[in-house]
Amino acid sequence: MESYMMSVDNVTMKFGSLVANSNVSFNVKEGEIVSLIGPNGAGKTTLFNCVTGFYKPSSGKVIFNGADITGVRPDKIAKLGLTRTFQIVKPLKSMTVKENIMTGAFIRTNKFSEAEKIAEEVMERINLIEKRDYLSSSLTIADKKRLEIARILATQPKMIMLDEAMAGLNQTEIKEVMKLIVTLNKQGMTFVIVEHIMEAIMPISDRVVVLNAGVKILEDIPQNVVNNDEVIKAYLGEKYHAKNQKS
Amino acid sequence: MEKSITNNKKMIGVVLLIILALPIIVQDNNFRHIMILFVLYAALGEAWNIITGYAGQTSFGHAAFFGIGAYTSTVLLWKFDIIPWIGMLIGGIIAVVVAIIVSYPAFKLTGHYFAIATLAIGEIMLQLFVSWEYVEGATGIMLPIKENGYKYMQFHPMNKLSYYYIVFGLFVITVITAYIVGNSKMGFYLKAIKENPDAAQSIGINVTRYKLYAMMVSAFLTAIVGSFYAQYVTYIDPFMVFPLALSMQIVLITVIGGLGNIYGPILGAAILIPLSQYTRIIFGGTGKGLDLIIFGALVVIVTIFQPNGLVGLFENLFKKIKKKEAINDGKLHDVS
Ligand SMILES: Nc1ncnc2c1ncn2[C@@H]1O[C@H](COP(=O)(O)OP(=O)(O)OP(=O)(O)O)[C@@H](O)[C@H]1O
Ligand SMILES: [Mg+2]
Repeated sequence: MESYMMSVDNVTMKFGSLVANSNVSFNVKEGEIVSLIGPNGAGKTTLFNCVTGFYKPSSGKVIFNGADITGVRPDKIAKLGLTRTFQIVKPLKSMTVKENIMTGAFIRTNKFSEAEKIAEEVMERINLIEKRDYLSSSLTIADKKRLEIARILATQPKMIMLDEAMAGLNQTEIKEVMKLIVTLNKQGMTFVIVEHIMEAIMPISDRVVVLNAGVKILEDIPQNVVNNDEVIKAYLGEKYHAKNQKS
Repeated sequence: MEKSITNNKKMIGVVLLIILALPIIVQDNNFRHIMILFVLYAALGEAWNIITGYAGQTSFGHAAFFGIGAYTSTVLLWKFDIIPWIGMLIGGIIAVVVAIIVSYPAFKLTGHYFAIATLAIGEIMLQLFVSWEYVEGATGIMLPIKENGYKYMQFHPMNKLSYYYIVFGLFVITVITAYIVGNSKMGFYLKAIKENPDAAQSIGINVTRYKLYAMMVSAFLTAIVGSFYAQYVTYIDPFMVFPLALSMQIVLITVIGGLGNIYGPILGAAILIPLSQYTRIIFGGTGKGLDLIIFGALVVIVTIFQPNGLVGLFENLFKKIKKKEAINDGKLHDVS
């Protein structure tokens, strides 16, 4: 039997009569980059919330590194090494860039100097070192997204879940995030990525899970997903379809 | 990293030294009395700041902890002849226990609902003590007279300085605690919780636990100041130590001075305590409540024009002066 780093097993999430996730299952192996795509309202963020403990799923199970983490508090899940960013960035506004990242680093240490050291390393790695003393509220959107990633990197996670880390960025900035993901992945980091920008995630993903209206409709390698007629038409939109047809 | 003035140990030391020296230099008992109240309220503000300024959980019921401190040391002295120093410690511990019992469910509430719950807790304590016969209910307790000296924390009424040294010591404890909390993992965690509980959780912060820690520290510090207060006024009743007005004064002082800042409660108390004392002197008995009206007006003005309190105002001035200097020195780079 193959061993997975994470197994999402038949997760269903209902809000009253609305079924935001319906029996969704997929697995992630260590070192993989798995993308989660689907149109607006497909239930991607909801699934993130179910997996990382922000919502308790109505039914189903989430296993991470052999531990059942269904309904476990987010802070405990983060301590196990599974962290996520938020679609709507959540900088700790009154803190500087460095302090934001230090707050993440405190998960594995009580020492101020140690947290500082970890924050310095992360800032070097992620190109935020010149902005270390900027108030996080004064950053551009691209830097705020970068800070989100930096802050969870400081928790020294085993798996990172990114919720639209590239939305609102320009081409150069998107390339930078892609590069960062690939670099971290080469160093062994596992990723689950929610993204609408197909051009950015298709080239870097090992596998793609497609959600629509809360249901998983496809799971395959990127080439097959972008060439899947049903997916293209129904879930990536006619525009992408037309563009693909031309080339 | 450029140290902000609030993180500067030397600066804090200088401020504390000035506060210590003032009533020693000025040999006027009225002035010393006002200094005692000033330092006492500043200490309460520092304590309250930890749960509300740092952790962002608005408490309108801190009189509960103050009263518990006052009653514990008083009852222990009165019934069991236990010295107030020990009574103070026990009062602090009881306040911590009460803080845990009431906060744990209250933390399930957020924002305004939490604030209202704390308001209720203060009022419940008041009613409880009013109807509790063992502690003389509404009649209150007169402290038994013991030998003068530090042991029983009792001095000749004209000897204000000795009382001052004690309350100043407690004040220093609150300032040091606030400093340590503010510059440690706990302070970072509390600020994160205040800013964004979801982000805090996502990076491994047990939100409820850290809010509870903050409340425990805050309750302990508030209670030990309450014990001192009982010793100083030598008579307490529930309306003196559990009133809503006291909870509100603590809030106002800190908000006006500056939330989440070590200098906030000091500055707030330095302005408001003399103000309230003098309105009382000027308007006599009818002045009761007038200070609160002025406080209220000040809060409105401050929150509209300077949400970071007066400390924020000074920090901005300080930054502007530094910027000017930098421009004059021709070495202005990033001063944002
Ligand atoms: N807390 C909630 N309460 C009620 N309904 C919710 C809640 N969270 C999400 N939903 C609903 O669940 C559905 C899925 O939303 P979700 O945010 O997961 O979609 P998404 O795939 O992340 O979309 P997008 O691409 O726009 O971010 C939507 O219909 C949404 O309105
Ligand atoms: Mg979403």
